[in-house]
Amino acid sequence: MPTTDELKDRIEAAIPESRADVEDLTGGGGDHFRATVVSPAFAGLSRIDQHKLVYDVFGADIGGPIHALSLSTRTE
Amino acid sequence: MSATENPIRDAITEAITEHDVLLFMKGTPEQPACGFSARTVAALEALGAPFAAVDILPDPRIRQELSGLSNWPTIPQLFVRGELVGGCDIITEMYETGELASVLGVAAPDEAPDTAPAAVEPGAPAPLQIDTDGLRPPTPGR
Repeated sequence: MPTTDELKDRIEAAIPESRADVEDLTGGGGDHFRATVVSPAFAGLSRIDQHKLVYDVFGADIGGPIHALSLSTRTE
Repeated sequence: MSATENPIRDAITEAITEHDVLLFMKGTPEQPACGFSARTVAALEALGAPFAAVDILPDPRIRQELSGLSNWPTIPQLFVRGELVGGCDIITEMYETGELASVLGVAAPDEAPDTAPAAVEPGAPAPLQIDTDGLRPPTPGR
């Protein structure tokens, strides 16, 4: 079962200079998360491409152990 | 990508090509089967934008092929003029900023609410079917 800390660590390790705030929207159920990710790596990318960068961190885990991951991405 | 290799992917590609605004969702616009799909439908309905919808639930291969094609892991997925615009988060955000109306070429509401409305207006278009029963590879040797 993924935890908010695990998701945060994976995002911050994979995306340069990123800061991630991850909430568990199921209140501890651990399969439906919301992440707000701030990174200069998003500059110049469309929203789709920004979100893809984050989804790519988790690959097939999205839709698997991580049922849903709501995203909000910003450059600063 | 030829018709003989992957008929479901071909049917998805064809649907995306043929419809200017196409939503892949869980359930139908009248009866969304997931809150994310419902919110996305509500944003489109609130703008009065005509759209076609495909229910991905009847056959798991539809979702599998769609995500392979779009490189996007979750449902719903909104395509406008052949391009993936986003899922629920992006569509909701674009609705709130007025960008969705602009992308869809419709007038923005006079007073955009803070969040996309939860209720779906009646009168949504009939859902499009990806008919997987009819999607068999052609008989070899014909």
